[in-house]
Amino acid sequence: MAYGHGVKNPSYRQRVAYHAMLLGGIAALASSLLVMGDNATRDTIALRQAETLRASLEQVIPPELHDNDLLADTLLLDPKKKGVRPLTVYRGRREEEITAVAFEVVGNGYAGPITSLLAVDAKGQILGVRVLQHTETPGLGDKIEVQRDPWILGFDGLSLDNTPRKQWAVKKDGGQFDQFTGATITPRAVVESVQSGLEWFAQHRATLLTPPPSPPVQETDHE
Amino acid sequence: MSESRTDYRRIARDGLWDNNVVFAQLLALCPLLAVTNTATNGLGLGLATLAVLLAANLAVSLLRDIITPQVRIAVFVLLIAAIVTLVDMMMNAWLHDLHKVLGLFIPLIVSNCAILGRAESFASRQPIPAAVADGLFMGLGFIIALVALGGAREILGQGTLFADAAMLLGESFRFMELTLIPDYRGFLLMALPPGGFLMMGFLLAGKRLLDRRAAQLATQEAGA
Repeated sequence: MAYGHGVKNPSYRQRVAYHAMLLGGIAALASSLLVMGDNATRDTIALRQAETLRASLEQVIPPELHDNDLLADTLLLDPKKKGVRPLTVYRGRREEEITAVAFEVVGNGYAGPITSLLAVDAKGQILGVRVLQHTETPGLGDKIEVQRDPWILGFDGLSLDNTPRKQWAVKKDGGQFDQFTGATITPRAVVESVQSGLEWFAQHRATLLTPPPSPPVQETDHE
Repeated sequence: MSESRTDYRRIARDGLWDNNVVFAQLLALCPLLAVTNTATNGLGLGLATLAVLLAANLAVSLLRDIITPQVRIAVFVLLIAAIVTLVDMMMNAWLHDLHKVLGLFIPLIVSNCAILGRAESFASRQPIPAAVADGLFMGLGFIIALVALGGAREILGQGTLFADAAMLLGESFRFMELTLIPDYRGFLLMALPPGGFLMMGFLLAGKRLLDRRAAQLATQEAGA
């Protein structure tokens, strides 16, 4: 028995209505499969993403600095400007006093944006930086990931006060950070984004360090 | 294809070598060249593609009697897109670490013409067991191509093989991570897309050479 097209082809199958029904039926089948899949996975995916974010946050905000749930205690800063995304700031707190804040900074890498999580303590000193997302060249630019290279740990303890502006650059540009063999643009982008993150913190320090009215609620006042 | 018994040996040989998606059909080159800067990346995308190929061939073969030629392409695309999205969601939920490494490439599988090609030229005319076998061996052939290209580029580009395999497969696979050339300075060209094209050319030429050698041996034996 052959299964080629046109062999088993009764006449009703030539009608447009059959084609429409078939296509509609398959589309309905595909959609219902997707809905079922989404229902089955949505909660797990949200949980995993929260776990990943929490793990990154716990890496940059040491446990002795906070006794609150970092994921629950956020501040949403909406600049109400076109093209500027609202920024979520995670705050570490010990006995109602804000001891650390963490937020994302973005630099222009070799192959696209490099998103890092930057954590600073109340005095503006860096607690840690971790790259969350990047598309740099594997084997060259990906040394910014902490599991591949300790380079990113070089930021720990630095602040705008203890490191002069001139030093916030890779060695090739006269600064104090190593570049990688064959990749200068990537570390340069990370250094620049961290420095601008520190400057942003210095400007908004008062807002960021004021404890919200207790009990801590998640502020979501963006439209 | 009118034989009553399916020739599974033929299907396996076609998928793995004779009619290999990459080395013979020259399909699916976009995802191939994009991800194969390391053997591990190649293996990861290969495994995801294998899962999609199996499911797509199964679905198309199941529905082959009700699909008409006029709307078949639309139906195949719908099915493939739904399967890829499902695989993406399931990996994100249950293989989250792997998804973090490969997440970017999974949606690209939709545009992998090899899957549509197998649905059109094989699964839509064959019974279910044959279609599934074809999906399996075509997928395995694609994995071989991805790992071969990724491995060659990784050795030349970084001096390592299967670097970060533990990130993809779990800690028990750390033994796969080899440093073949210690203190290697790196060969940037091979890690970048042009290196993919160059290495692809070398591998294609290598396959042609092997095939010609095999053909010559066969004619000599026939003549003797």
